Amino acid sequence: MSFISSPTGFFTGKLNEALGWARKFSIFQYPFVTACCGMEYMSTAASHYDIDRFGAGFPRFSPRQSDVLFVVGTINHKMAPVLKKVYDQMCEPKWVVAFGVCTCTGGFYDNYATVMGIDTIIPVDIYIPGCPPRPENVIDGLIKLQEKIQKGEQNRTLYDPRTKIGRPAEMQEGCTISHPIKNIESSS
Amino acid sequence: MTPLEQVQQQFAKDIIETHAFRGDETAVIRPGVLLNVAKFLKETPELGFNFLMDLTAVDYLFFAGGRISKEYRFEVVYHLYSLKHNHRIRIKVPLTEENPEVDSLDKLWASANWYEREVWDMYGVKFKGHPNLKRILMYEEFKGHALRKDYPFNKRQPLIGPQN
Repeated sequence: MSFISSPTGFFTGKLNEALGWARKFSIFQYPFVTACCGMEYMSTAASHYDIDRFGAGFPRFSPRQSDVLFVVGTINHKMAPVLKKVYDQMCEPKWVVAFGVCTCTGGFYDNYATVMGIDTIIPVDIYIPGCPPRPENVIDGLIKLQEKIQKGEQNRTLYDPRTKIGRPAEMQEGCTISHPIKNIESSS
Repeated sequence: MTPLEQVQQQFAKDIIETHAFRGDETAVIRPGVLLNVAKFLKETPELGFNFLMDLTAVDYLFFAGGRISKEYRFEVVYHLYSLKHNHRIRIKVPLTEENPEVDSLDKLWASANWYEREVWDMYGVKFKGHPNLKRILMYEEFKGHALRKDYPFNKRQPLIGPQN
């Protein structure tokens, strides 16, 4: 963070830090909206919660021009190849946000049609649970994504349902959340 | 005379069962006469059922936890409505597991086309004379029929991703 808070005013940071700083405040997102979470995504993106404050207010509707894939809503097996294709079309560096519990784990669906977590198909960087997640929750996820981009981290692994490897420890069954989400006061 | 009574009068020997509760009229008919009954319902002026509201199916395998066993497995259900006379009727057609096949109503009501494809996709009931009987919701590679009661609810056969 020396790049931003240098007391002398000189650019003392490393190149990667500078790149990370630039990238985290110019997130070009691709909203892959399939279901009801889309409404909550729109309300977060619109002026009331205003994710433009975090530099993420510019949705691109071409995967080739975007950095972050927001998967918003249930993904079914028929849609899965499309999602994979969109992910493959994105240029590096790229990140994926699973928005809503359906994309994280399949949620309450356990049937013939639903993908049990998009992390079985594409690597996911940030999971935002909730059905749908509240805007505060989304913004919390966005800030966590910014931290990840600043560090230059990207997830490359898929989740394997047989070995149960590839998901954060917080998502395993019977775990207690060690870092509860702070409540952000609504401005209304 | 209510629509149900007219159907009863016309097709007395082909009706297996009827019931009516507060204007909610249902007739269970033999599969062979479905086309005739449907034509009668649509084309008789005083019935005038010009709107096929819903077409679906029921799988009675393990019905009521296996306590109730029926001699047939499937039932195709038709909900009809007359915009002109503002009345409704429900037609049910029982089908056996060995031969789940019934006539298509695509020629009478165009809305039957996609409904019948859905019933084929989910239950594997064939519709004789349907112009384009292929899956509508699931992908072509999908094996089996997902809403049949003997299809395991947690079975996965995805196009990509882990199988089980």
